[in-house]
Amino acid sequence: MIDLKKHQSLGSALRESLETFADETCLIEADRERENHRLTYRQFKEASLPLAKFLEDRGFKSDSRGAIIMTNQSRWPIAAYAIFYRGGVLVPLDYKLTAAEQLALLAHCKAEVLVTEYHLWRAMTQAAGFTEFNVGQVIVTDAPRNAELHGALRWEEAKGAGGPDFIPRTRQDWACIVYSSGTGGRPKGCVLTHDNYLEQCLSLTALYPFWPGVRYLSILPTNHAIDFMVGFIGPFVCGATVVHLRTLRPEYVREAFPRYQITYVALVPLILKNLQSGLQKRFDELPQLKRLIFNQLVNLNRALTRTRPNLGLSRKLLKQVHEAFGGELRAIFTGGAFSDPAILQFFYDLGIQVANGYGLTEAGTAITLNDFAPFRADTVGKPLPGMEVKIIDRDPEGIGQVAVRSKTIMSHYLDDEELTAESIVDGWLLTGDLGRFDTMGHLQLFGRVKNMIVTEEGKNVYPEDIEKVFEALPVKEFCVFASNYVWPERSMLGEKLMIVLRLNEGQQFSDQLRAELSRHNNTLLNFKRISGYVLWDSDFPRTASMKIKRVALAEEIRSKFDRQTSLKEL
Amino acid sequence: MRTTEQIIDEILNLASTHFKTSRQGLSPDDDFFKTLGIDSLQALELLTRLENHFNVELPDYEVQGVNDFRTLAERIQARL
Repeated sequence: MIDLKKHQSLGSALRESLETFADETCLIEADRERENHRLTYRQFKEASLPLAKFLEDRGFKSDSRGAIIMTNQSRWPIAAYAIFYRGGVLVPLDYKLTAAEQLALLAHCKAEVLVTEYHLWRAMTQAAGFTEFNVGQVIVTDAPRNAELHGALRWEEAKGAGGPDFIPRTRQDWACIVYSSGTGGRPKGCVLTHDNYLEQCLSLTALYPFWPGVRYLSILPTNHAIDFMVGFIGPFVCGATVVHLRTLRPEYVREAFPRYQITYVALVPLILKNLQSGLQKRFDELPQLKRLIFNQLVNLNRALTRTRPNLGLSRKLLKQVHEAFGGELRAIFTGGAFSDPAILQFFYDLGIQVANGYGLTEAGTAITLNDFAPFRADTVGKPLPGMEVKIIDRDPEGIGQVAVRSKTIMSHYLDDEELTAESIVDGWLLTGDLGRFDTMGHLQLFGRVKNMIVTEEGKNVYPEDIEKVFEALPVKEFCVFASNYVWPERSMLGEKLMIVLRLNEGQQFSDQLRAELSRHNNTLLNFKRISGYVLWDSDFPRTASMKIKRVALAEEIRSKFDRQTSLKEL
Repeated sequence: MRTTEQIIDEILNLASTHFKTSRQGLSPDDDFFKTLGIDSLQALELLTRLENHFNVELPDYEVQGVNDFRTLAERIQARL
């Protein structure tokens, strides 16, 4: 690993890595059973610098903002490095957002350059908000030969001649603007500095080191805080290899493990659950005697690794399971959303460490991580080195809001002083999550103070982001809540959104209204949809400026209605 | 050359078989996530089945944002 302490920026650190590890394999890109290409660090540099020169020739300089909207592939980090090389601020956006959402965020962040895939660009040019599009330079990949590019340039043509000038940055300069949510309501663009990232990288690699020969399977979108760190920056500063898959079909993901002898992978709980159910199905299909022997081996492994993992032993005892994962898997990282303890235990019993952690984009990725000393399925681990974590406003059971202070905490929310001031108080980031430390110093989570949900795929959804789609509903008034915000449950699983409806006088909740509600609901991406409704019988409390007093309304509903009888499924 | 309706019919048959659900309960404009009770990964599994059946290659992005069988059929038809 290069010495990060001597670097002031991500660009500088990556620059040294590309020289230090020049002949090591940097990236492998596969598409189904085909391998598209492999790049060494030297080849990565040769691919990226012409793009950096192109950007330089177009006036891209320090603090210029460059957005990337792409699925995971080699061109993602190539474009990112070019932006950092020129001292720019990277804006990694989610390719799964709708075109309208992507356009809104591009406008919000005032990107000067956009690197994206042709099919995403095509969708943007067809979206209603495209008339306001104001990004000066668009570069598209995979554009068919005769495609209408609407002023964009092909990736292959975005090359400048000669060497670009490297623009140094300081640790306090902005590295990235990462949106933690807010595509429909109030965009939450987290401004993260080079210091945030370099410090986060140091603390994560202290626990989970990378080195040349380590292979990380990059499945989570690289715009996501987790993959950006463990699927790009972390491996790169250590000379490791990142494997990108152009398809996420489960069968190809499963094959990638043995094919590329994967060392680490990060998964959101949804994929982990899918993996677990696939494995369980295979185990259940074993002939009876084999099943019996297998179960005994799992029990033995569990007993022998009760205090600490023993990878060598587990690989011997459960050879076939580990060989199915390529025989080199050291850990699966998971976070972004809450993991079911039973699933974590399932993998641990097989000798596969699922390093469960907790973090926020606002905190620079990970706040706590399980260290397996011993394994705990019921917690999100201990604070990482450099993280100060405390519980504030504790109730009699010791549960209160989790607050964090660290060099990895974001600088602020882009163009939102008010929200920043509410979120970072005296240097402490108020996470909005409820937790408690146990006697071993492990953090346990018990729900949220915030009115929001996190899906199994790690997507944050705030009610205010989606209310707009229901504006035309023929009711007197409505409000969207996270169900657990109204009726707190001491659980992070199964979070759902609901809509509270105040009908017009004499109005009934008819089949027609239900159909109308569903119609609006279905315009949202699947993970943003509401799943239930509550019929409320009095006017919503409002401020003088007619904003709904959400806290007061939630309290009224909670005091008058119980969840079981009043929350109806949509 | 198959019509869209034919493709829809084949998709509904395949979906009902793969996810072991009644064919009668499926309609072209249904939200397949909701009707089949599946998540995004299971939707990708269905996609592989459809590729093998129709002998086309469908990049993952073709189903991004697609929730109903009819739109899925249109995407497949465009590649036949």
